[in-house]
Amino acid sequence: MWTFLLRRLLQSVIVLIGVTLISFVALQIGGDPTYLFVSENASTEEIERARALLGFDRPLHIQYLSYVWDVMRLDFGTSLTFRQPAMDVVLAALPASIELTLFSLILAIVISIPLGIVSALYRGKPVDGGIMTFAMIGQSIPNFWMGIMMIMFFGLYLSWFPISGHVPFLRPLFQGDFARAFGNLPQTLHYLIMPAIAVGSYTLARNARLVRSSMLEVLQQDYVRTARSKGISETRVIVHHALRNAWLPVVTMIGLEFGFVLGGVVVVETVFSYPGVGRLVFNAINQRDIPVVQAAVIVIALIFILLNLIVDLIYARLDPRVKL
Amino acid sequence: MSLPTDTPATVAPVPDTQLPPAPTWRRELRRAWASMVASRWALMGLIILLIAIFVAIFGPALAPFDPNRQNILLRLVEPGGAGPGGSVYWMGSDALGRDVFSRLLHGARVSLLVGFAAIAVGGTIGIIAGLLSGYFGGWVDDIIMRLGDIQLAFPFILLAIMFLVVLGPGLLNIILVLGIGQWITYARIVRAETLSLREKEYVEAARAMGDSTLSIMFRTILPNIMAPLTVIASFNVASVILSEAALSFLGLGVPPNVPTWGSMLSESREHLLSNRWWLAIFPGMAIVLVVLAFNIIGDWLRDHLDPRLREHG
Repeated sequence: MWTFLLRRLLQSVIVLIGVTLISFVALQIGGDPTYLFVSENASTEEIERARALLGFDRPLHIQYLSYVWDVMRLDFGTSLTFRQPAMDVVLAALPASIELTLFSLILAIVISIPLGIVSALYRGKPVDGGIMTFAMIGQSIPNFWMGIMMIMFFGLYLSWFPISGHVPFLRPLFQGDFARAFGNLPQTLHYLIMPAIAVGSYTLARNARLVRSSMLEVLQQDYVRTARSKGISETRVIVHHALRNAWLPVVTMIGLEFGFVLGGVVVVETVFSYPGVGRLVFNAINQRDIPVVQAAVIVIALIFILLNLIVDLIYARLDPRVKL
Repeated sequence: MSLPTDTPATVAPVPDTQLPPAPTWRRELRRAWASMVASRWALMGLIILLIAIFVAIFGPALAPFDPNRQNILLRLVEPGGAGPGGSVYWMGSDALGRDVFSRLLHGARVSLLVGFAAIAVGGTIGIIAGLLSGYFGGWVDDIIMRLGDIQLAFPFILLAIMFLVVLGPGLLNIILVLGIGQWITYARIVRAETLSLREKEYVEAARAMGDSTLSIMFRTILPNIMAPLTVIASFNVASVILSEAALSFLGLGVPPNVPTWGSMLSESREHLLSNRWWLAIFPGMAIVLVVLAFNIIGDWLRDHLDPRLREHG
């Protein structure tokens, strides 16, 4: 167990070094990065001063090491628009994005698994065809367009859901104000439902297909036939024998899909004016607030790496063949 | 691999059964067509795709208006409404009085061009990396695969955002960024296939006949792994088109004077409250149809070319 954990942690550190290297290179690739931090009509002296202040006049390897040191201290400098530490700005927006990511993943998993199972059990029947058509279309709809369509129909035409905004749940929870957090919860979910469906639709569609094919494969196995021939009820065969084994590829897929969901969050938050890291990044891009973009990218990469680690652990727990 | 000195100069002929079957193109094409017609979905995907390609090539000639021509007097005209000089805005006009239909036709070019070009970039890098990785193994393999792991540990859209913020918008930039984002998918598949193929008799035979390493990799191994690559490429074009639309939507795609479906959707957001539905519906439908076509064709190709990858049912 500990060796596995240690090995995975070590891999994560290597990946993190890679991430810092990529984001450092990204900053350098367009030429002198000083120009990203100064206004367009800055004088030569101002540019010189900024270059020295930001340390861009030092040799590249020193700049990289100093960048890594800053990342380790989670110090990305001051946001050019908020005039406060970039990291604080990102962390303030983070709980809202975590709510959206988790809710959309839960929604996708809870809906996709029964859909996949029903589709597999009714293979070749109209129900199967219907679900798979729905899944195929779900995989082809851009998440931001799905968001726009829902705003138009469910938000503006039917007025069922609010078209923008957010009621915090995690933030009061982190602050220890449980009464407020749980008092907010129904409103939080009401505001979350449309963005969450937009973010999760692709994952939902893909998982439904995956659960179906995984179930079909497992249902053909000898042990399922044995279980059936022993006279065990069909529900028990499906839940205890088939589903338990059909889970594995789905869990792996969900792990891989975190990245996709996080990417979707960036775009969908913009559509719903949802006050999370995604919209923050979008605004920071438009205002060329590079410290905020970098801080957000590193924070999201960190979360992504952590979630993948957790998924690996769950996988190892579900599959006894994977030794911890 | 060195041969023993007493080996005759000519290598004993390899039995036919060990060679990959020679392709008979006409028969293959007929079989493919029959299977496509049998699966109506695939035929529908192909028809949509052909229309999209036709529009991408000839769209600018077919467009009734210059996609960037503004007409302040004819802003936000509803679909079917009167355009300038007795003409009709079939899909309405946008907030600057530009014809939505003409912009849609022009947008097809960007979407498909980015889709195909990014796959060409990513596929080329990935195939070379995968062949090197699988054929040589050892430290070459380690380095290439670890590089891929690092890239996969990073939400791709963020990587693209980071580079495009610095590089600035532009067709070439977006093709490169999206292409580089895909290489590892190809590298992993090519590596796995190369690992199993490099021990096959016909590869051994090519080696024994003194073929160069390059020739073995590209002329002996590569043609035999094109099937899974084609399948992946089809799904990949779909996801690249979605990514391009998302990046254009965020304002990071091609320059503003080039109409794209993503940027049209981005502009439509400002008019959601005033119920200008046509600004959002048409470009969105265009993206969905093209992406759907590639996904359907990918599914069909997988079933047709590579039964091992087939989802049951």
